[in-house]
Amino acid sequence: MSQTEIKASSATLDRAAPYAFKKTMKPSTIIRWTLLFMGGILMIMPIVYLLSTSFKWSHEIYNLQIIPDEPTLDNYSFVLEDGRFYNWFFNSLIVAVSTTVSAVIFDSLVGYTLCKFKFKGKTFVFIAILSTLMIPTEMLIIPWYTMAVEFGWINSYWGIMFPGMMTAFGTFLMKQFFESVPDEFLEAARIDGLNEFQIWWSVAMPMVTPALSALAIFIFLGNWTAFIWPLIVTNDPQLYTLPVGLTTFSVEQSVEWELIMTGAALATIPTLIVFLVFQRYIIRGVVMTGLKG
Amino acid sequence: MANVILKKLTKAYGKTEVLHGIDLDVKDGEFVVFVGPSGCGKSTTLRLLAGLEEVTSGEIYIGDNMVNNLEPKERNIAMVFQNYAIYPHMSVRKNIGFGLRTSKLSKADREKRIDEVAEILSMTDLLERRPSQLSGGQRQRVAIGRAMVRDPSVFLFDEPLSNLDAQLRTQMRLEIKKLHQDIGTTIIFVTHDQVEAMTLADRIVIMKDGHIQQVGTPNEVYQTPKNMFVAQFIGAPSMNMLAGQLDGDGIKLNQSVKILARPKSDTKDVSIGIRPNALRIAEEGDEVLFEGTVSIIEPLGAEALIYVNLGYAEVIATVHGYVHPKPGEKVKLTAVKEEIHFFDSHSGDAIY
Ligand SMILES: Nc1ncnc2c1ncn2[C@@H]1O[C@H](COP(=O)(O)OP(=O)(O)O)[C@@H](O)[C@H]1O
Ligand SMILES: [Mg+2]
Repeated sequence: MSQTEIKASSATLDRAAPYAFKKTMKPSTIIRWTLLFMGGILMIMPIVYLLSTSFKWSHEIYNLQIIPDEPTLDNYSFVLEDGRFYNWFFNSLIVAVSTTVSAVIFDSLVGYTLCKFKFKGKTFVFIAILSTLMIPTEMLIIPWYTMAVEFGWINSYWGIMFPGMMTAFGTFLMKQFFESVPDEFLEAARIDGLNEFQIWWSVAMPMVTPALSALAIFIFLGNWTAFIWPLIVTNDPQLYTLPVGLTTFSVEQSVEWELIMTGAALATIPTLIVFLVFQRYIIRGVVMTGLKG
Repeated sequence: MANVILKKLTKAYGKTEVLHGIDLDVKDGEFVVFVGPSGCGKSTTLRLLAGLEEVTSGEIYIGDNMVNNLEPKERNIAMVFQNYAIYPHMSVRKNIGFGLRTSKLSKADREKRIDEVAEILSMTDLLERRPSQLSGGQRQRVAIGRAMVRDPSVFLFDEPLSNLDAQLRTQMRLEIKKLHQDIGTTIIFVTHDQVEAMTLADRIVIMKDGHIQQVGTPNEVYQTPKNMFVAQFIGAPSMNMLAGQLDGDGIKLNQSVKILARPKSDTKDVSIGIRPNALRIAEEGDEVLFEGTVSIIEPLGAEALIYVNLGYAEVIATVHGYVHPKPGEKVKLTAVKEEIHFFDSHSGDAIY
């Protein structure tokens, strides 16, 4: 075959390609997309109702139409003019940011140690940490509470935060990620004269930033939306976190759903910001860990 | 600058001893290459020297100081790893300067030192780049720069060229050799590639299973190998090795073939070793050493390797690349007496 012939035949192949591609829209593909679409609707409906309700008058909230008959911003001005909202928002921010910073640092410190050092009892420590993953939070609440009472941590930020200052899950996650950092990097730094803490901080940590970001997001979201423990450990409304505080909109006279929904809508803003800022990382993180957020 | 002395060095991981008493004297400014098959303990030796692993027994001296109990950073050594261990999140300048982080130099002096090193390695243009924007050879040069910047008294290299393609490896080999000539620092270099060892070393240390087999200049280990292992490890293709028995005035290789040579040996079982390039096709009047049939030919361009079936063994010979016998042809081979080696078949030791 001559050169020109080869070129000609490949050109026809190229042109045929788009048609061949269209044909692959098989019934299975259609079913798959339909299912995904239905799943998507299911996921988004609660949020749609949340937003919709936040724009409704109280007499309209049991009316399930999505666009309110008479939309109103009253709920927003009520919530935003209520000092308690800022108070709770601030509490949530303190708690979520502190636990995130603390957990990211300690989880990676412990994960790094378990991954890169040899010492007696290492396997035991690791298994002990892992086994706490198998205990559901509900079972831990009573011991936590007893502990909080004993130490006088009821009604304090520390009381809300202490169970989450370090997480078994994060430790495990970081240990796995540090496996991907070759020992040669650490050894090179050791020869260069860095101490072990410096090696961890300035060599190992920068090499796992995607994992750190993903972990930070998981922990932030988890703490921002935490409800049961903050509810149990606080009884002073001054110290409520946002999710706990929002429910008090409902206990005063009647259930004021439109206010709860408005507060909840406002509460999603920080999570949206966190998500938008770290979006690239969370997707990478989820892909890498195979975890659901 | 410093000499390095290893005394009866052993290393065990758990109950398994992997180094069984290494004794070595490396002179100041010398380029010593450790070579041996994978798993023979080359890296372990280097890591003990660097202080990355603890010595099980024995002593290490660097420049007259016993360093067994010193931290890596206190030994004034620098190490270049196989996988270039340069930090992906830092520019070349930061990578090279990393080794100076703990030094007492002023910022300006540090920058000056980095520029000097970059100059020596001709990487001045690349200083602001990220490692991901560099080729394999350039990355390895950054790693070398990082090692140089602190001006250590000993350089340790652990297979630094293994990840490079053949052409680059040859080029970097030359650069490392030049670098050594320029700066004159003691270098201990590990490789499994005997060509690398031959071309780079002032002295070669050949290791096997945690033992040193021989220490010598490239010519010494090639021309007077101490045992069968060294003889066959150094040089490619490997030395032909044929087992025989002392018998009267020569060595019997089989019923009818006898090599007329009489090495001084205590045992009757003697092997003879001849390098492929020591064998040549016999001409009229030459004393014929081997007779056989060519089975396979491997052309290499200027030369060709012929595999000759002798009936009782097979030998490889290097022949002219343009004019050589064809498969199936009968050939007669000869060699210069001086290039025939003898070994004790039981202990493997060379007989001279
Ligand atoms: N950390 C370790 N734990 C246990 N055995 C090891 C360790 N490092 C190396 N070894 C063993 O020691 C021997 C020598 O290894 P090494 O020095 O890396 O060989 P090489 O000559 O290929 O560099 C090998 O048998 C290897 O399996
Ligand atoms: Mg090795």
